[in-house]
Amino acid sequence: MDKVLELTDVVKRFGDNEVLRGVSLTLHPHDVVCLIGASGSGKSTLLRCANLLETIDAGTISLFGQSLQDPRIDPDLVRQHVAMVFQSFNLFPHLSVLDNILVGPVHALKRRRGEVRDEAIALLERIDLRDKADDYPDRLSGGQQQRVAIARSLAMRPSLLLLDEVTSALDPTLVGEVLDLLTDLAHQGTTMLIATHEMNFARDVANQVVYLDRGVLVEQGTPEEMFSNPKHESTRNFLERVR
Amino acid sequence: MGRRGLVVSALSSVVVLLVIFAIFWLAPGGPTFRAFFFNPHDMWQAFVGDPQKGLLSVGRGLVTNIWMFLLSEVLVLIFGLFIATVRLSQSPVLFPFRALATVYVDVMRGVPIVLVMYMIGFGLPELNLGFLSNQSPAVYGCATLTLSYSAYVAEVYRAGVLSVPHGQLLAARSLGLTHTATMRRVILPQAVRNVIPPLLNDFISMQKDTALVSLLGAVEATRAAQIYGDTVFNFSGFTVAAILFLLLTIPMTRFTDHLIARDRNRRLATT
Ligand SMILES: Nc1ncnc2c1ncn2[C@@H]1O[C@H](COP(=O)(O)OP(=O)(O)OP(=O)(O)O)[C@@H](O)[C@H]1O
Ligand SMILES: [Mg+2]
Repeated sequence: MDKVLELTDVVKRFGDNEVLRGVSLTLHPHDVVCLIGASGSGKSTLLRCANLLETIDAGTISLFGQSLQDPRIDPDLVRQHVAMVFQSFNLFPHLSVLDNILVGPVHALKRRRGEVRDEAIALLERIDLRDKADDYPDRLSGGQQQRVAIARSLAMRPSLLLLDEVTSALDPTLVGEVLDLLTDLAHQGTTMLIATHEMNFARDVANQVVYLDRGVLVEQGTPEEMFSNPKHESTRNFLERVR
Repeated sequence: MGRRGLVVSALSSVVVLLVIFAIFWLAPGGPTFRAFFFNPHDMWQAFVGDPQKGLLSVGRGLVTNIWMFLLSEVLVLIFGLFIATVRLSQSPVLFPFRALATVYVDVMRGVPIVLVMYMIGFGLPELNLGFLSNQSPAVYGCATLTLSYSAYVAEVYRAGVLSVPHGQLLAARSLGLTHTATMRRVILPQAVRNVIPPLLNDFISMQKDTALVSLLGAVEATRAAQIYGDTVFNFSGFTVAAILFLLLTIPMTRFTDHLIARDRNRRLATT
């Protein structure tokens, strides 16, 4: 079977601070992998390495078997296939909702605007925001903004979707609508790597859960294994604390 | 402001104006002061000039100020953007240019513009560099304004770009946009909005600084007023020059304040 993403012994340092210490992880097509771990354990860093927003210090990361450490690799091209959604949405405030979704396909993929427009409208229908197409992001609620940010990544038709605590900046009443959208995506077979503090969501949606502790991948397994029967002391402690 | 507010502010404005007016009118030297600075006949004479008596027109002089700042503003926008781009560059290859640009900005902001004016206006002709050494004082004035104000404007541009949150850059790059496309589609459009008010402020200041070319002997509005004052021994020409400068800068200052207020309201409306 194909591997979408494969990390092998990945090490990442910021100065003396070793943030990822030999992490290995594989994602197959349609996998939904949830990264859990305490604040500062390296979840965001791992995601950012996976789309080359950060460069790694040792190990390899490959996408569909192609090493991303190969100097001939064009990072912009890689990022067109690996989309990322952020905790703080980062929608472009000077562009309408529709233009936020179009900017990637039109200016990175060089597709014709008229051709992408219909797809963008379809995406807006899918996230129930068809009527907001011409509004500016600051008119939307946090939950709506995050759904637009997810639609903006999907418009790139990515092979892999990276999501970094996409509900952490949301009012508790708005978390549900975003998680529902992600659940939908999971059921449609979108390959996703998700850093999250939402343990119930991870249990329901992930097919693999990965526990990171200070840059070390301590344990990995199905949600049943991880949540009912964690093998490691530190995993147990972490799950005790967040429960 | 309610109706009551309007009445109160109108009343207080009238009172303040009356007090200021009374001070000038009733001061012991009031009549002399008025004759020196506000004599209508001299004001008109200074404005139109009189070639027979060797009096230059302040109004004509102002034309020099106007073309100088129009030309300098265009040049400053371009050269300032160039310096800012160099300072914001990231590539290791460009390090020496970045350092040079930083030194340039520090020097130009640190040395009084009058000194730069002297060095260029009196220094370049001494160098005997052909074309560079036989320009008119007004041209050297434009060169000085451009070199000096580009440093300020470069910093305005740079601050504008840096004021765009880092997340915007991350989001654009993760869509696979190149560095150039990210700048063009995402960062610059947001930076421009932050940049316009401070840019206009620098322009207002530059419009006034065109008067400094008089130090090199160019005849512009303040120099014409000075010649009038020295010849006729009446300073009404200075008043004329001041009024003309105000007519030029006030629309711009009002417009700048309007933009700042609009931006502020927009931010308040969204938070
Ligand atoms: N750009 C950076 N420069 C220096 N250190 C960094 C940088 N980014 C992250 N770090 C450090 O790396 C470590 C891991 O950070 P990271 O953001 O990956 O953790 P996280 O698991 O995502 O935490 P959180 O749950 O709070 O988001 C932290 O110690 C952090 O201080
Ligand atoms: Mg994080």
